[in-house]
Amino acid sequence: MLIRRHRSSDPLPSEITPREIYQRRREFLRTGMALGAGLFLPASVLADASLDYSPGPFSTDEALTPYEDVTTYNNFFELGSGKSDPSRNAHLLRTEPWSVKVDGLCANPGEYDLEDFLKPWALEERIYRLRCVEGWSMVIPWVGFELNRVLKQAEPLGSARYVAFETLMDPDNLPGQRRPVLDWPYVEGLRLDEAMHPLTILAVGLYGEELPNQNGAPLRLVVPWKYGFKSIKSIVRISFTEEEPPTSWNRSQPDEYGFYSNVNPDVAHPRWSQRTERRIGEFRRRRTELFNGYGEEVAALYEGMDLTRYF
Amino acid sequence: MKTSAIGNAAARPRRGGPGPRWQRAIWWALLTAGLLPGVWLAARTAGAFGGLGVNPIETLLLDTGTYAMIALLVALSVTPLRRMTGVAGIGRYRRLLGLIAFGYASAHFLIWLGVDLFFDWVLILEDLTTRPFVMAGFAAWFILLLLAATSTRAAMGLLKRNWTRLHRLVYLAGILAVVHIVWLTRADYREVTIYALILAALLGLRVLWALQGTRKSRGQPARNGVA
Repeated sequence: MLIRRHRSSDPLPSEITPREIYQRRREFLRTGMALGAGLFLPASVLADASLDYSPGPFSTDEALTPYEDVTTYNNFFELGSGKSDPSRNAHLLRTEPWSVKVDGLCANPGEYDLEDFLKPWALEERIYRLRCVEGWSMVIPWVGFELNRVLKQAEPLGSARYVAFETLMDPDNLPGQRRPVLDWPYVEGLRLDEAMHPLTILAVGLYGEELPNQNGAPLRLVVPWKYGFKSIKSIVRISFTEEEPPTSWNRSQPDEYGFYSNVNPDVAHPRWSQRTERRIGEFRRRRTELFNGYGEEVAALYEGMDLTRYF
Repeated sequence: MKTSAIGNAAARPRRGGPGPRWQRAIWWALLTAGLLPGVWLAARTAGAFGGLGVNPIETLLLDTGTYAMIALLVALSVTPLRRMTGVAGIGRYRRLLGLIAFGYASAHFLIWLGVDLFFDWVLILEDLTTRPFVMAGFAAWFILLLLAATSTRAAMGLLKRNWTRLHRLVYLAGILAVVHIVWLTRADYREVTIYALILAALLGLRVLWALQGTRKSRGQPARNGVA
Protein backbone atom coordinates (compact mmCIF):
# COMPACT_ATOMS: atom_id res chain seq x y z
CA MET A 1 0.00 0.00 0.00
CA LEU A 2 1.43 3.28 -1.02
CA ILE A 3 -0.73 5.72 0.83
CA ARG A 4 -1.53 4.75 4.34
CA ARG A 5 -2.43 6.27 7.63
CA HIS A 6 0.70 7.86 8.89
CA ARG A 7 2.15 7.05 12.26
CA SER A 8 5.27 8.84 13.40
CA SER A 9 7.06 5.52 13.69
CA ASP A 10 6.33 4.70 10.06
CA PRO A 11 8.94 5.31 7.46
CA LEU A 12 7.93 8.08 5.09
CA PRO A 13 6.34 6.79 1.89
CA SER A 14 9.11 8.62 0.10
CA GLU A 15 11.61 6.29 1.69
CA ILE A 16 9.91 3.08 0.72
CA THR A 17 7.94 3.54 -2.46
CA PRO A 18 10.42 4.10 -5.26
CA ARG A 19 12.03 0.71 -4.79
CA GLU A 20 8.66 -0.99 -4.67
CA ILE A 21 7.46 0.71 -7.79
CA TYR A 22 10.68 -0.03 -9.55
CA GLN A 23 10.52 -3.70 -8.76
CA ARG A 24 6.88 -4.04 -9.64
CA ARG A 25 7.40 -2.40 -13.01
CA ARG A 26 10.13 -4.78 -13.97
CA GLU A 27 8.02 -7.67 -12.81
CA PHE A 28 5.04 -6.67 -14.87
CA LEU A 29 7.14 -5.95 -17.91
CA ARG A 30 8.79 -9.34 -17.67
CA THR A 31 5.48 -11.10 -17.12
CA GLY A 32 3.93 -9.16 -19.95
CA MET A 33 6.64 -10.09 -22.37
CA ALA A 34 6.60 -13.70 -21.26
CA LEU A 35 2.92 -13.94 -21.90
CA GLY A 36 3.24 -12.04 -25.13
CA ALA A 37 -0.06 -10.48 -24.18
CA GLY A 38 -1.23 -6.92 -23.66
CA LEU A 39 0.93 -5.33 -21.00
CA PHE A 40 -2.03 -4.00 -19.12
CA LEU A 41 -3.36 -7.34 -18.01
CA PRO A 42 -0.51 -8.51 -15.80
CA ALA A 43 -0.04 -4.95 -14.58
CA SER A 44 -3.54 -4.69 -13.23
CA VAL A 45 -3.38 -8.14 -11.70
CA LEU A 46 -0.15 -7.34 -9.91
CA ALA A 47 -1.39 -3.90 -8.95
CA ASP A 48 -4.47 -5.38 -7.35
CA ALA A 49 -2.25 -7.57 -5.24
CA SER A 50 -0.01 -4.79 -4.07
CA LEU A 51 -2.18 -1.74 -3.37
CA ASP A 52 -4.89 -1.13 -0.88
CA TYR A 53 -7.84 0.32 -2.69
CA SER A 54 -11.32 -0.90 -3.47
CA PRO A 55 -13.09 -0.93 -6.80
CA GLY A 56 -15.21 2.17 -7.21
CA PRO A 57 -18.39 2.94 -9.13
CA PHE A 58 -18.63 4.31 -12.68
CA SER A 59 -15.79 2.16 -14.02
CA THR A 60 -15.94 1.17 -17.65
CA ASP A 61 -15.15 -2.38 -18.73
CA GLU A 62 -13.50 -1.21 -21.94
CA ALA A 63 -10.00 -2.42 -22.69
CA LEU A 64 -7.40 -0.53 -20.67
CA THR A 65 -4.79 1.53 -22.46
CA PRO A 66 -1.42 -0.10 -21.70
CA TYR A 67 0.53 1.36 -18.78
CA GLU A 68 3.45 2.07 -21.07
CA ASP A 69 1.27 4.23 -23.34
CA VAL A 70 -0.48 6.05 -20.48
CA THR A 71 2.89 7.03 -19.01
CA THR A 72 4.87 7.92 -22.15
CA TYR A 73 2.32 9.88 -24.21
CA ASN A 74 1.39 12.94 -22.20
CA ASN A 75 0.49 16.57 -22.45
CA PHE A 76 2.16 18.28 -19.51
CA PHE A 77 3.56 21.50 -20.91
CA GLU A 78 5.48 22.28 -17.72
CA LEU A 79 7.71 19.35 -18.63
CA GLY A 80 7.85 20.14 -22.38
CA SER A 81 5.50 20.54 -25.33
CA GLY A 82 6.16 17.22 -27.09
CA LYS A 83 4.20 14.09 -26.18
CA SER A 84 7.30 12.23 -24.98
CA ASP A 85 8.88 15.22 -23.21
CA PRO A 86 6.96 14.76 -19.92
CA SER A 87 8.13 11.17 -19.39
CA ARG A 88 11.66 12.11 -20.40
CA ASN A 89 11.72 15.12 -18.08
CA ALA A 90 9.68 13.53 -15.32
CA HIS A 91 12.57 13.61 -12.84
CA LEU A 92 12.56 17.43 -12.98
CA LEU A 93 9.26 17.63 -11.12
CA ARG A 94 9.97 17.72 -7.39
CA THR A 95 7.06 16.20 -5.48
CA GLU A 96 8.65 16.17 -2.04
CA PRO A 97 7.86 18.02 0.07
CA TRP A 98 4.37 18.76 -1.21
CA SER A 99 1.61 20.76 0.37
CA VAL A 100 -1.90 21.57 -0.71
CA LYS A 101 -3.66 24.78 0.20
CA VAL A 102 -7.45 24.89 0.48
CA ASP A 103 -8.71 28.44 0.69
CA GLY A 104 -11.16 31.01 -0.58
CA LEU A 105 -14.84 31.10 0.31
CA CYS A 106 -14.94 28.31 2.88
CA ALA A 107 -15.30 28.05 6.64
CA ASN A 108 -12.52 25.53 7.10
CA PRO A 109 -9.51 26.53 5.00
CA GLY A 110 -6.08 25.08 5.57
CA GLU A 111 -2.70 24.20 4.24
CA TYR A 112 -1.82 20.52 4.48
CA ASP A 113 1.19 18.35 3.96
CA LEU A 114 0.28 15.89 1.27
CA GLU A 115 0.11 12.99 3.70
CA ASP A 116 -2.23 14.86 6.02
CA PHE A 117 -4.31 15.94 3.07
CA LEU A 118 -4.73 12.36 1.85
CA LYS A 119 -4.98 10.65 5.26
CA PRO A 120 -8.77 10.76 5.74
CA TRP A 121 -9.74 9.26 2.40
CA ALA A 122 -10.01 5.63 1.37
CA LEU A 123 -8.77 5.04 -2.15
CA GLU A 124 -10.91 3.69 -4.96
CA GLU A 125 -10.15 2.57 -8.47
CA ARG A 126 -12.02 4.43 -11.19
CA ILE A 127 -11.54 3.20 -14.74
CA TYR A 128 -12.40 6.21 -16.89
CA ARG A 129 -12.21 7.19 -20.53
CA LEU A 130 -9.96 10.17 -21.13
CA ARG A 131 -10.59 12.26 -24.26
CA CYS A 132 -7.95 14.78 -25.24
CA VAL A 133 -9.02 17.92 -27.10
CA GLU A 134 -6.46 16.93 -29.76
CA GLY A 135 -8.56 13.96 -30.85
CA TRP A 136 -7.10 10.94 -29.08
CA SER A 137 -8.39 8.97 -26.12
CA MET A 138 -7.36 6.39 -23.54
CA VAL A 139 -8.94 4.20 -20.87
CA ILE A 140 -7.11 4.68 -17.58
CA PRO A 141 -7.53 2.93 -14.22
CA TRP A 142 -7.11 5.83 -11.82
CA VAL A 143 -6.75 5.44 -8.08
CA GLY A 144 -8.14 8.27 -6.03
CA PHE A 145 -11.14 9.60 -4.15
CA GLU A 146 -14.07 11.86 -4.85
CA LEU A 147 -13.22 15.54 -4.78
CA ASN A 148 -16.51 16.32 -3.04
CA ARG A 149 -15.14 14.86 0.21
CA VAL A 150 -12.36 17.42 0.34
CA LEU A 151 -14.76 20.18 -0.62
CA LYS A 152 -17.34 19.25 2.02
CA GLN A 153 -14.66 19.07 4.69
CA ALA A 154 -13.64 22.62 3.78
CA GLU A 155 -17.24 23.78 4.36
CA PRO A 156 -17.84 26.07 1.38
CA LEU A 157 -19.75 29.26 2.12
CA GLY A 158 -23.08 29.96 0.46
CA SER A 159 -21.39 32.45 -1.81
CA ALA A 160 -18.98 29.85 -3.22
CA ARG A 161 -20.04 28.94 -6.75
CA TYR A 162 -16.82 27.78 -8.36
CA VAL A 163 -13.69 25.85 -7.46
CA ALA A 164 -10.31 26.99 -8.79
CA PHE A 165 -7.21 24.79 -9.04
CA GLU A 166 -3.57 25.65 -9.43
CA THR A 167 -0.53 23.61 -10.49
CA LEU A 168 2.89 23.87 -8.88
CA MET A 169 4.92 26.90 -10.00
CA ASP A 170 8.59 25.94 -10.10
CA PRO A 171 10.33 27.49 -13.12
CA ASP A 172 13.75 26.65 -11.65
CA ASN A 173 13.03 22.98 -12.20
CA LEU A 174 10.19 22.85 -14.73
CA PRO A 175 11.63 23.69 -18.17
CA GLY A 176 8.28 24.53 -19.75
CA GLN A 177 7.64 27.26 -17.18
CA ARG A 178 10.75 29.09 -18.28
CA ARG A 179 9.09 29.92 -21.60
CA PRO A 180 5.79 31.78 -22.05
CA VAL A 181 4.01 28.89 -23.79
CA LEU A 182 1.13 29.45 -21.36
CA ASP A 183 0.62 32.01 -18.61
CA TRP A 184 2.11 30.08 -15.67
CA PRO A 185 1.15 28.64 -13.27
CA TYR A 186 -1.43 26.45 -14.95
CA VAL A 187 -4.88 27.11 -13.53
CA GLU A 188 -8.20 25.35 -14.02
CA GLY A 189 -11.69 25.59 -12.61
CA LEU A 190 -15.03 23.87 -12.26
CA ARG A 191 -18.49 25.01 -11.32
CA LEU A 192 -19.18 23.91 -7.74
CA ASP A 193 -21.80 21.37 -8.82
CA GLU A 194 -19.37 19.89 -11.36
CA ALA A 195 -16.69 19.69 -8.68
CA MET A 196 -19.12 18.02 -6.26
CA HIS A 197 -20.20 15.42 -8.83
CA PRO A 198 -19.26 11.88 -7.77
CA LEU A 199 -17.52 11.28 -11.13
CA THR A 200 -15.02 14.02 -10.32
CA ILE A 201 -12.02 12.62 -8.47
CA LEU A 202 -8.64 13.61 -7.17
CA ALA A 203 -6.27 10.90 -8.36
CA VAL A 204 -3.08 9.87 -6.61
CA GLY A 205 -2.36 6.79 -8.69
CA LEU A 206 -2.96 4.82 -11.85
CA TYR A 207 -2.68 1.10 -12.49
CA GLY A 208 -2.53 0.70 -8.73
CA GLU A 209 0.71 2.64 -8.47
CA GLU A 210 1.53 6.08 -7.25
CA LEU A 211 1.09 8.57 -10.11
CA PRO A 212 4.19 8.87 -12.24
CA ASN A 213 5.36 12.49 -12.36
CA GLN A 214 4.47 12.86 -16.04
CA ASN A 215 0.86 12.00 -15.20
CA GLY A 216 0.55 14.78 -12.64
CA ALA A 217 2.05 13.49 -9.41
CA PRO A 218 1.38 13.62 -6.60
CA LEU A 219 -2.21 14.79 -6.90
CA ARG A 220 -4.34 15.57 -9.94
CA LEU A 221 -7.90 16.17 -10.92
CA VAL A 222 -9.80 13.76 -13.19
CA VAL A 223 -13.05 15.00 -14.78
CA PRO A 224 -13.86 12.30 -17.32
CA TRP A 225 -16.63 14.06 -19.26
CA LYS A 226 -14.43 17.05 -20.10
CA TYR A 227 -11.43 17.37 -22.39
CA GLY A 228 -8.23 16.22 -20.73
CA PHE A 229 -6.76 19.67 -20.16
CA LYS A 230 -9.47 20.36 -17.56
CA SER A 231 -8.00 17.56 -15.42
CA ILE A 232 -5.25 19.72 -13.94
CA LYS A 233 -2.05 18.03 -12.79
CA SER A 234 0.23 18.41 -9.76
CA ILE A 235 -2.23 20.48 -7.74
CA VAL A 236 -0.98 22.79 -4.97
CA ARG A 237 -4.07 24.89 -4.38
CA ILE A 238 -7.84 24.47 -4.35
CA SER A 239 -9.90 27.67 -3.86
CA PHE A 240 -13.59 28.41 -3.59
CA THR A 241 -14.64 31.47 -5.59
CA GLU A 242 -17.79 33.37 -6.35
CA GLU A 243 -16.78 34.32 -9.90
CA GLU A 244 -15.86 31.93 -12.68
CA PRO A 245 -12.11 31.45 -12.23
CA PRO A 246 -9.67 31.96 -15.12
CA THR A 247 -8.43 28.81 -16.87
CA SER A 248 -5.10 28.58 -18.64
CA TRP A 249 -6.11 27.42 -22.12
CA ASN A 250 -9.07 29.77 -22.14
CA ARG A 251 -6.79 32.68 -21.32
CA SER A 252 -4.39 31.56 -24.04
CA GLN A 253 -7.01 31.14 -26.80
CA PRO A 254 -10.47 32.21 -25.57
CA ASP A 255 -12.29 31.34 -28.79
CA GLU A 256 -10.84 27.82 -28.84
CA TYR A 257 -11.01 26.61 -25.25
CA GLY A 258 -14.07 27.43 -23.19
CA PHE A 259 -14.49 27.28 -19.43
CA TYR A 260 -16.73 24.23 -19.69
CA SER A 261 -14.88 22.24 -22.36
CA ASN A 262 -17.28 19.34 -22.15
CA VAL A 263 -16.52 16.61 -24.66
CA ASN A 264 -18.96 17.28 -27.49
CA PRO A 265 -18.73 15.88 -31.03
CA ASP A 266 -21.09 18.56 -32.34
CA VAL A 267 -19.07 21.51 -31.13
CA ALA A 268 -15.91 21.63 -33.20
CA HIS A 269 -12.69 23.10 -32.01
CA PRO A 270 -12.47 26.19 -34.27
CA ARG A 271 -9.56 24.63 -36.11
CA TRP A 272 -10.37 20.92 -36.13
CA SER A 273 -13.32 18.56 -35.88
CA GLN A 274 -14.23 16.82 -32.63
CA ARG A 275 -16.50 14.23 -34.26
CA THR A 276 -14.06 11.37 -33.97
CA GLU A 277 -11.15 10.29 -31.85
CA ARG A 278 -8.39 7.75 -32.05
CA ARG A 279 -8.38 5.45 -29.07
CA ILE A 280 -4.71 4.81 -28.41
CA GLY A 281 -3.91 1.30 -29.63
CA GLU A 282 -6.69 1.21 -32.22
CA PHE A 283 -6.32 1.67 -35.96
CA ARG A 284 -9.68 3.13 -36.92
CA ARG A 285 -11.02 6.34 -35.46
CA ARG A 286 -14.15 6.00 -33.38
CA ARG A 287 -17.07 8.37 -32.97
CA THR A 288 -16.75 10.75 -30.06
CA GLU A 289 -19.66 10.65 -27.63
CA LEU A 290 -21.35 13.62 -25.99
CA PHE A 291 -19.90 14.14 -22.49
CA ASN A 292 -17.42 11.40 -23.41
CA GLY A 293 -20.17 8.83 -22.84
CA TYR A 294 -20.99 10.07 -19.31
CA GLY A 295 -24.19 11.86 -20.37
CA GLU A 296 -26.39 9.72 -18.18
CA GLU A 297 -24.47 10.93 -15.14
CA VAL A 298 -23.80 14.56 -16.01
CA ALA A 299 -26.24 15.81 -18.66
CA ALA A 300 -28.53 17.18 -15.93
CA LEU A 301 -25.78 19.61 -14.88
CA TYR A 302 -26.23 21.44 -18.17
CA GLU A 303 -29.98 21.32 -18.61
CA GLY A 304 -31.23 24.32 -20.54
CA MET A 305 -27.70 25.48 -21.37
CA ASP A 306 -26.65 26.19 -24.95
CA LEU A 307 -23.63 23.92 -25.18
CA THR A 308 -22.44 25.67 -28.33
CA ARG A 309 -22.32 29.00 -26.55
CA TYR A 310 -20.96 27.60 -23.28
CA PHE A 311 -18.41 25.36 -24.97
CA MET B 1 14.28 37.70 -68.54
CA LYS B 2 17.04 35.79 -70.27
CA THR B 3 19.33 36.42 -67.34
CA SER B 4 16.79 35.25 -64.79
CA ALA B 5 17.66 32.12 -62.92
CA ILE B 6 14.57 30.23 -63.95
CA GLY B 7 14.93 31.08 -67.62
CA ASN B 8 18.45 29.73 -67.54
CA ALA B 9 17.40 26.57 -65.86
CA ALA B 10 14.64 25.89 -68.30
CA ALA B 11 17.01 26.12 -71.22
CA ARG B 12 19.35 23.37 -70.20
CA PRO B 13 18.82 19.69 -69.56
CA ARG B 14 18.87 19.00 -65.85
CA ARG B 15 18.44 15.30 -65.54
CA GLY B 16 20.55 13.19 -63.26
CA GLY B 17 21.48 10.80 -66.03
CA PRO B 18 23.47 12.76 -68.62
CA GLY B 19 26.41 14.98 -67.80
CA PRO B 20 29.78 14.28 -66.27
CA ARG B 21 30.12 11.40 -63.90
CA TRP B 22 30.63 13.58 -60.79
CA GLN B 23 27.37 15.37 -61.51
CA ARG B 24 25.53 12.10 -61.70
CA ALA B 25 27.18 11.04 -58.46
CA ILE B 26 25.93 14.19 -56.74
CA TRP B 27 22.46 13.59 -58.17
CA TRP B 28 22.39 10.05 -56.77
CA ALA B 29 23.83 11.19 -53.46
CA LEU B 30 21.09 13.81 -53.12
CA LEU B 31 18.41 11.29 -54.06
CA THR B 32 19.72 8.81 -51.50
CA ALA B 33 20.00 11.44 -48.77
CA GLY B 34 16.52 12.71 -49.60
CA LEU B 35 14.95 9.27 -49.39
CA LEU B 36 16.74 8.20 -46.21
CA PRO B 37 14.19 9.78 -43.82
CA GLY B 38 11.43 7.97 -45.71
CA VAL B 39 13.28 4.66 -45.50
CA TRP B 40 13.85 5.26 -41.79
CA LEU B 41 10.14 5.95 -41.30
CA ALA B 42 9.17 2.88 -43.33
CA ALA B 43 11.50 0.74 -41.22
CA ARG B 44 9.91 2.08 -38.04
CA THR B 45 6.47 1.41 -39.52
CA ALA B 46 7.56 -2.19 -39.99
CA GLY B 47 8.45 -2.30 -36.30
CA ALA B 48 12.21 -1.71 -36.44
CA PHE B 49 14.10 0.86 -34.33
CA GLY B 50 11.45 0.98 -31.64
CA GLY B 51 8.50 1.42 -33.99
CA LEU B 52 6.37 4.52 -34.27
CA GLY B 53 5.50 5.07 -30.62
CA VAL B 54 2.21 5.30 -28.77
CA ASN B 55 0.23 7.00 -31.53
CA PRO B 56 1.72 5.55 -34.73
CA ILE B 57 -0.61 7.23 -37.22
CA GLU B 58 0.05 10.62 -35.67
CA THR B 59 3.78 9.91 -35.89
CA LEU B 60 3.46 9.00 -39.58
CA LEU B 61 1.50 12.19 -40.29
CA LEU B 62 3.80 14.47 -38.32
CA ASP B 63 7.02 12.99 -39.67
CA THR B 64 6.01 12.93 -43.35
CA GLY B 65 4.74 16.50 -42.97
CA THR B 66 8.00 17.61 -41.37
CA TYR B 67 10.05 15.93 -44.11
CA ALA B 68 7.91 17.58 -46.81
CA MET B 69 8.35 21.02 -45.21
CA ILE B 70 12.12 20.62 -44.88
CA ALA B 71 12.52 19.19 -48.40
CA LEU B 72 10.51 22.08 -49.81
CA LEU B 73 12.75 24.60 -48.02
CA VAL B 74 15.83 22.80 -49.35
CA ALA B 75 14.43 22.88 -52.89
CA LEU B 76 13.60 26.57 -52.52
CA SER B 77 17.14 27.34 -51.40
CA VAL B 78 18.70 26.04 -54.64
CA THR B 79 18.21 29.19 -56.69
CA PRO B 80 19.40 31.65 -53.99
CA LEU B 81 22.39 29.41 -53.33
CA ARG B 82 23.23 29.34 -57.02
CA ARG B 83 22.97 33.08 -57.24
CA MET B 84 25.04 33.74 -54.15
CA THR B 85 27.78 31.25 -55.00
CA GLY B 86 27.73 31.88 -58.72
CA VAL B 87 27.93 28.11 -59.31
CA ALA B 88 25.32 27.66 -62.03
CA GLY B 89 25.53 23.85 -61.92
CA ILE B 90 23.70 23.76 -58.59
CA GLY B 91 20.49 24.48 -60.46
CA ARG B 92 20.45 21.08 -62.11
CA TYR B 93 19.45 19.45 -58.82
CA ARG B 94 16.46 21.68 -58.17
CA ARG B 95 13.90 19.45 -59.84
CA LEU B 96 15.07 16.38 -57.96
CA LEU B 97 14.78 18.18 -54.63
CA GLY B 98 11.35 19.54 -55.55
CA LEU B 99 10.15 16.06 -56.47
CA ILE B 100 11.39 14.69 -53.15
CA ALA B 101 9.34 17.38 -51.38
CA PHE B 102 6.35 16.39 -53.50
CA GLY B 103 6.93 12.75 -52.58
CA TYR B 104 6.83 13.43 -48.85
CA ALA B 105 3.86 15.78 -49.23
CA SER B 106 2.01 13.04 -51.13
CA ALA B 107 2.82 10.44 -48.48
CA HIS B 108 1.54 12.91 -45.88
CA PHE B 109 -1.65 13.55 -47.87
CA LEU B 110 -2.33 9.87 -48.55
CA ILE B 111 -1.74 8.83 -44.94
CA TRP B 112 -4.22 11.49 -43.84
CA LEU B 113 -6.76 10.34 -46.42
CA GLY B 114 -6.39 6.59 -46.26
CA VAL B 115 -4.95 5.80 -42.84
CA ASP B 116 -5.93 8.59 -40.45
CA LEU B 117 -9.44 9.15 -41.81
CA PHE B 118 -9.56 5.73 -43.50
CA PHE B 119 -11.41 6.98 -46.61
CA ASP B 120 -14.31 8.26 -44.52
CA TRP B 121 -15.47 10.62 -47.25
CA VAL B 122 -17.96 12.43 -45.05
CA LEU B 123 -15.23 13.42 -42.62
CA ILE B 124 -12.76 14.12 -45.42
CA LEU B 125 -15.15 16.43 -47.25
CA GLU B 126 -16.11 18.16 -44.04
CA ASP B 127 -12.45 18.73 -43.21
CA LEU B 128 -11.68 19.92 -46.74
CA THR B 129 -14.55 22.39 -46.78
CA THR B 130 -14.61 23.69 -43.21
CA ARG B 131 -11.10 23.40 -41.75
CA PRO B 132 -8.75 26.15 -42.91
CA PHE B 133 -5.64 24.22 -41.87
CA VAL B 134 -6.75 21.27 -44.02
CA MET B 135 -7.52 23.57 -46.95
CA ALA B 136 -4.11 25.23 -46.70
CA GLY B 137 -2.33 21.90 -46.56
CA PHE B 138 -4.35 20.48 -49.42
CA ALA B 139 -3.73 23.56 -51.56
CA ALA B 140 0.01 23.34 -50.90
CA TRP B 141 0.01 19.67 -51.94
CA PHE B 142 -2.10 20.40 -55.02
CA ILE B 143 0.35 23.07 -56.17
CA LEU B 144 3.23 20.64 -55.74
CA LEU B 145 1.23 18.11 -57.76
CA LEU B 146 0.86 20.59 -60.61
CA LEU B 147 4.54 21.43 -60.50
CA ALA B 148 5.57 17.78 -60.40
CA ALA B 149 3.28 17.00 -63.34
CA THR B 150 4.89 19.80 -65.37
CA SER B 151 8.44 19.12 -64.26
CA THR B 152 9.41 17.28 -67.45
CA ARG B 153 11.43 18.92 -70.21
CA ALA B 154 8.52 18.23 -72.54
CA ALA B 155 6.22 20.29 -70.30
CA MET B 156 8.82 23.06 -70.17
CA GLY B 157 8.93 23.21 -73.94
CA LEU B 158 5.19 23.14 -74.21
CA LEU B 159 4.50 25.84 -71.62
CA LYS B 160 7.43 28.06 -72.61
CA ARG B 161 7.32 31.28 -70.56
CA ASN B 162 4.19 30.14 -68.77
CA TRP B 163 6.24 27.35 -67.23
CA THR B 164 8.22 29.92 -65.26
CA ARG B 165 5.06 31.67 -64.19
CA LEU B 166 3.44 28.40 -63.15
CA HIS B 167 6.45 27.28 -61.19
CA ARG B 168 6.60 30.52 -59.23
CA LEU B 169 3.62 28.99 -57.40
CA VAL B 170 6.16 27.02 -55.41
CA TYR B 171 6.55 30.11 -53.20
CA LEU B 172 2.83 30.05 -52.53
CA ALA B 173 3.06 26.35 -51.67
CA GLY B 174 5.77 27.18 -49.14
CA ILE B 175 3.65 29.90 -47.55
CA LEU B 176 0.59 27.62 -47.44
CA ALA B 177 2.63 24.85 -45.84
CA VAL B 178 3.83 27.19 -43.08
CA VAL B 179 0.27 28.50 -42.57
CA HIS B 180 -0.93 24.88 -42.39
CA ILE B 181 1.48 24.20 -39.53
CA VAL B 182 0.72 27.48 -37.73
CA TRP B 183 -2.99 26.64 -37.76
CA LEU B 184 -2.28 23.20 -36.35
CA THR B 185 -0.09 24.34 -33.51
CA ARG B 186 -1.65 24.48 -30.06
CA ALA B 187 0.78 26.64 -28.14
CA ASP B 188 4.45 26.01 -28.89
CA TYR B 189 5.41 27.88 -32.06
CA ARG B 190 9.17 27.31 -31.90
CA GLU B 191 9.41 24.77 -34.72
CA VAL B 192 7.14 26.54 -37.16
CA THR B 193 8.89 29.84 -36.42
CA ILE B 194 12.12 28.34 -37.73
CA TYR B 195 10.39 27.23 -40.96
CA ALA B 196 8.76 30.64 -41.33
CA LEU B 197 12.05 32.50 -40.85
CA ILE B 198 13.89 30.35 -43.40
CA LEU B 199 11.04 30.72 -45.89
CA ALA B 200 10.92 34.49 -45.32
CA ALA B 201 14.68 34.75 -45.92
CA LEU B 202 14.48 32.72 -49.14
CA LEU B 203 11.53 34.72 -50.45
CA GLY B 204 13.05 38.00 -49.25
CA LEU B 205 16.20 37.38 -51.27
CA ARG B 206 14.16 36.80 -54.40
CA VAL B 207 12.12 39.95 -53.86
CA LEU B 208 15.33 41.90 -53.30
CA TRP B 209 16.88 40.53 -56.47
CA ALA B 210 13.72 41.14 -58.45
CA LEU B 211 13.72 44.79 -57.34
CA GLN B 212 17.36 45.15 -58.31
CA GLY B 213 16.59 43.55 -61.65
CA THR B 214 13.84 46.12 -62.23
CA ARG B 215 16.23 48.94 -61.46
CA LYS B 216 18.79 47.50 -63.82
CA SER B 217 16.30 47.26 -66.65
CA ARG B 218 15.43 50.91 -66.09
CA GLY B 219 19.07 51.78 -66.58
CA GLN B 220 19.92 52.19 -62.92
CA PRO B 221 22.94 50.37 -61.56
CA ALA B 222 22.37 47.50 -59.17
CA ARG B 223 23.22 48.31 -55.55
CA ASN B 224 25.66 45.46 -55.39
CA GLY B 225 26.96 42.89 -57.76
CA VAL B 226 25.14 39.88 -56.41
CA ALA B 227 24.44 38.50 -59.84
